[in-house]
Amino acid sequence: MSLDVRPTPTRRRAKAGTTASPPDRGVRARLSRLDIKVSPYLLISPFYVVFAVFGAFPLLFTLWMSLRDRELASGKDEFVGLRNYTELLQDANFFNAVVNTLGMFVIATVPQLLLALMLANALNRRLRGSTLFRVGFMMPLVTSTVAVAVVFTQLFDTDFGLINWLLGLVGVDPIAWQSDRWWSWVAISVMVDWRWTGYNALIYLAAMQSIPKDLYEAAAIDGASRRRQFWTITLPMLRPTIIFTAIVSTIGGLQLFTEPVLFDNGDTDGGSTGQFQTIAMYMFDTAFSNDDYGYGAAVAWMIFLLIIVFSLLNFMIIRRMGGAR
Amino acid sequence: MTLVAGPDLAGARGQHARPRAGRLRGLWEASPLTYITLIVGLVLSVFPIYWMIIVATRGNEIVGDVPPPMLPGGELGENVSKVFDAQEAYFAKGLVNSAIVASSVTISTVLFATMAGFAFAKLRFRGKNALLLTVIATMMIPVQMGIIPLYMMMGWFGWQGELQSVILPFLITGFGVFMMRQYTQQAVPDELIEAARVDGCSTFRIYWSVVLPALRPAAGVLALLTFMQTWNEFMWPLAALTPENPTVQLSIRQLNGAYFQDYTLVFAGTTVATVPLLIVFVIFSRQIIGGIMEGAVKA
Repeated sequence: MSLDVRPTPTRRRAKAGTTASPPDRGVRARLSRLDIKVSPYLLISPFYVVFAVFGAFPLLFTLWMSLRDRELASGKDEFVGLRNYTELLQDANFFNAVVNTLGMFVIATVPQLLLALMLANALNRRLRGSTLFRVGFMMPLVTSTVAVAVVFTQLFDTDFGLINWLLGLVGVDPIAWQSDRWWSWVAISVMVDWRWTGYNALIYLAAMQSIPKDLYEAAAIDGASRRRQFWTITLPMLRPTIIFTAIVSTIGGLQLFTEPVLFDNGDTDGGSTGQFQTIAMYMFDTAFSNDDYGYGAAVAWMIFLLIIVFSLLNFMIIRRMGGAR
Repeated sequence: MTLVAGPDLAGARGQHARPRAGRLRGLWEASPLTYITLIVGLVLSVFPIYWMIIVATRGNEIVGDVPPPMLPGGELGENVSKVFDAQEAYFAKGLVNSAIVASSVTISTVLFATMAGFAFAKLRFRGKNALLLTVIATMMIPVQMGIIPLYMMMGWFGWQGELQSVILPFLITGFGVFMMRQYTQQAVPDELIEAARVDGCSTFRIYWSVVLPALRPAAGVLALLTFMQTWNEFMWPLAALTPENPTVQLSIRQLNGAYFQDYTLVFAGTTVATVPLLIVFVIFSRQIIGGIMEGAVKA
């Protein structure tokens, strides 16, 4: 790189010094000052243009629509104030979706992050074939969510699924993965965990590798066991990373959509009694299936609020936990 | 933490050099339990993909076989051609559409993200920090917040069901800008830019012939991540596109809806839509994983 560029300045500088006439230099200087002033904004402008049109405007427009009764098919469009929100607070289907989403979020996220910590801790040792393990753990993230959800749905099939067959071998009766509310949550959580555990493990591994090795050596000399080292060194040092992954999982978990939709054979009603309909599915359903766009917009804002509340909650809980230790 | 450990360690180094070596020998050694944990994790990570391939390469009679088959068969070609013949799925069209959408989004994301990343990392301008904060803040906004108005906007522009509708909103992401900013900061020395500046290069010229070449490795990682994410996108295409003009993920959904008893057919579809990406990932895995892990530490 430096070979390409370094020689040029000297050559050019010499030329500019000898040949450029004063007025020319003035124009150039002004141009270059303009360049330095304006170019940064030009360089970042594509981001802001795209964000303004497809990010910020829709966000505000969602707010506006949530205050209206809006149907696209009939063309109905009238201002109703907060009616969508007051209806939402009495809507049993909405609460069902909230409970489902939170339930799946908890049973997906907690084991996921614990397993990721375990895997990362194992990967942090001196290993044979560490690349193989890393690549293997990341493969789920690369496969399409739709494809995975289809495959898992078959694995969880009540009559012909591999998982019930395996459970049968150890004497467990077939589980109704789809129709039972609790088990459908478990099945969907397994899909989510399958996808994200390895990714989180690598994030934790990266953070673990940046912890100074001296700390462990000192602890080992003082006679601390590995388990103790993990609790007193690794975990506290990872706290910022754990907060980060927990918040990312919260944002993803509260928007859960693809897995349950494919588990429902491509529909958004979340099973025969809505036993695994998530908030995102409910929003999609109200807007695109029931042509109730205003109400759907109100649901969208509730998702956003929930994400903010739970991210803050996460942040506080994990910080408190670390502080107590 | 370091403050407490520091003096201790210094003492240990000076006084007990010998016993230290003995005690520390095993400190980073992997135990059998470590390997067992990792191997179980590996098997669980890979098995569903492997199972997908087994089913995709066999006939439908295997469904419910006891014990289930654990090796691939020889009927992949047949199953795949059935997938392309399945009319409801528009599978070939879905593949082509996905390739177009993912490539367009990838090219523009890399270009715009390196541009903005360069500006945020190396140029001085008023309001830089506040602007960078807004970039980071946009990463927190869920896509779903926007899909209802986005859908209506596409109606105004006459783009409903057209590929623009799934390309234009994703031309650049806050994530891309932030990632490229982090890399530029570390990969492009200030002197290099100063030198080009003295040389009389305009800012755009510096971007094009100094910064962009230096960012090539990181830009490659961003490109691969963006391509994979766009390829796998589901919710917004489901709202914006029609079954007749789908992305490949929508084709799979159609296939799954129409042939949900015919697993070998559906799995052949998911295999075709998944395996090429997996191969690309394995080839570039070192760079991608390095990129993800480096990004994690800095974030």
